[in-house]
Amino acid sequence: MNQPQENGAAIGVRWPELLVALFLMALATLVLVDSVRVGIGWADDGPQSGYFPFYIGIALFASSAWTAVKQLRRWGVVEVFAERAQVASVMAILLPMTVYVAGIWLLGIYVASLLLIGYFMIRHGKHGVALTAAVGVGVPLFFYAVFERWFLVPLPKGPLEVFIGIA
Amino acid sequence: MDEIQSLMMGFGIAMSWQNLGFMLIGITLGVLIGVLPGLGGANGVAILLPLTFSMNPTSAIIMLSCIYWGALFGGAITSILFNIPGEPWSVATTFDGYPMAQQGRAAQALTAAFTSSFIGAIFAVLLITFLAPLLAKFALKFGPPEFFAVQLLTFCSFVGMSKEPPAKTIAAMMLGFALAAVGLDAVTGTLRMTYGVPELLKGFDFLIAVIGLFGIGEILLTMEEGLSFKGKSAKISFKVVWQTWGELLKHWKLFLRSVAVGCWMGITPGGATPASFMSYGMARRMSKDPDSFGKGRIEGVVAPETAAHAAGTAALLPMLTLGIPGSPTAAVLLGGLLIWGLQPGPMLFIEQKDFVWGLIASMYIGNIVGLIVVLTTVPWWAAILRIPFSIIGPVIIVICAIGAYTVHSSMFDVMLMLVFGVLGYLFKKLKYPMAPLVLALVLGDMAESSFRQSMLLSQGSLGIFWGSPLAGSITTLALVMLLWPLLGVLKDYYRAREATAATQAR
Repeated sequence: MNQPQENGAAIGVRWPELLVALFLMALATLVLVDSVRVGIGWADDGPQSGYFPFYIGIALFASSAWTAVKQLRRWGVVEVFAERAQVASVMAILLPMTVYVAGIWLLGIYVASLLLIGYFMIRHGKHGVALTAAVGVGVPLFFYAVFERWFLVPLPKGPLEVFIGIA
Repeated sequence: MDEIQSLMMGFGIAMSWQNLGFMLIGITLGVLIGVLPGLGGANGVAILLPLTFSMNPTSAIIMLSCIYWGALFGGAITSILFNIPGEPWSVATTFDGYPMAQQGRAAQALTAAFTSSFIGAIFAVLLITFLAPLLAKFALKFGPPEFFAVQLLTFCSFVGMSKEPPAKTIAAMMLGFALAAVGLDAVTGTLRMTYGVPELLKGFDFLIAVIGLFGIGEILLTMEEGLSFKGKSAKISFKVVWQTWGELLKHWKLFLRSVAVGCWMGITPGGATPASFMSYGMARRMSKDPDSFGKGRIEGVVAPETAAHAAGTAALLPMLTLGIPGSPTAAVLLGGLLIWGLQPGPMLFIEQKDFVWGLIASMYIGNIVGLIVVLTTVPWWAAILRIPFSIIGPVIIVICAIGAYTVHSSMFDVMLMLVFGVLGYLFKKLKYPMAPLVLALVLGDMAESSFRQSMLLSQGSLGIFWGSPLAGSITTLALVMLLWPLLGVLKDYYRAREATAATQAR
């Protein structure tokens, strides 16, 4: 997406626009293919399973194709999608978020949350260790109390919880 | 009057200590959600929904609807004090609210905003009280073709009325329908579009989509804009409230007009956000001094707040009577009803009288409680906003993750939430509307089944949608709404042709 001719500081809207439209067209194709597989016609007992989704797929494909073609026809017009610095700050939260989701899976939600909050407060907020530790430990403990104790809703746990015997 | 009697019974249910407590919790949580970036009415209710699975449905809906009222109130605080709309429907409130705060009239602006919200809501609840039973009685005569026609109308009006490009509105909506179709087809028992992935058997849950699209997506947008919370502080004294109320009395016409705009936009699925803009625009155009708008006019706060709150409340009318929500948050509440085993629609008014009237009565009390809570606690909420985003941001991500996980206790859903979050960010940036996606995801199965039942009745002929005068007129109206943008395109085309013809003739 980072085409250098789009004056360095900003990212143009045309690539994201086209890629999202193509992505939706690909999804529409998945819908259409599977609808045809399960049958888009009429069985003895009424419409088959693919009957309704088939038309949904057609409408999704057609409307996204319209957007894509419209974008291609005005390819020379450069509009700003976002400043490069803005995209960088979006990435600065999206990447830790992705790691966090993987972390929930590996370490359980409490330890992962502690790490996420800690990383953010120190890296982006430049907060002191004491405050960071207080928030990082306090927030997971609060959610433990509310969910597991009060509402009896279990949350994902990891090796630490197994070790201290509450998993 | 039957309605009055039912309403009194409803008050009896809503006024129990337990339910009043839930209301207070709901309002407080709601204001908190409305104040925090990345948490709003729709995803806030979605996150808390799993906690209510074990509660009695009446108490649960009272609490959840109060979260909704609270969020509507809370949006105004951030708009006025910080120039940051906590909710999309309070964007218009910033136009005059923030200038008022800068001029040291924050307390007046806040009082005006809260009072307007309250009045908008109360009028909409009155409308629900008297119109809902009638509409429900009327809807009892509906068969599958009529239901499908109404659903068609809902979706076609999105295309006709939204500001976004029609092709993108249709694409977002169809994506919602497609996602709703994934999984087991309840009629034939066939698996659809799972492509052998076991996690997809149960389909896509709209709660996950809402948490991702609105929650994570909003966090990404907030990050992009780079937050600098520099707010005005506010303390509301009783004297200011009293004076502002006196001043507001003079604007009763503006109130009535804004309520009308709001109710209309709420019942048709326009929603609170366009209602607030429309009402602001009208107030400005009809004012004697339109240029002073945007520089701190109290009317500029009253108009959007009244309309937004009226629309937000009125959105529950079609949700309760027809099972068709008028806004994403109403859609989430509808999802809640389904989970608690209540089928929204006309039968609700016959089979679940306690539930319906308890809810309607709670709307009156909830809004009164809400008004008192926000008027007395504003300084604390303003203080919460001063917590830096580097602390609030990750905590909100944690809340979203917990919310997504608890819906089905599934890790797959948490990953899905992330995907929806990125999609939400891209959609927002590229001007795809989010509301039709969510509504299609919620209503997809219902729309499909009423379509199939109609097709069964007619043996596959689309003519059934014009089979009765009622279905026929709704279907026709729906098609008019759908083709509305086309009319604009044609007009532009002819105008352009005339223009070129004129230049050629010269």
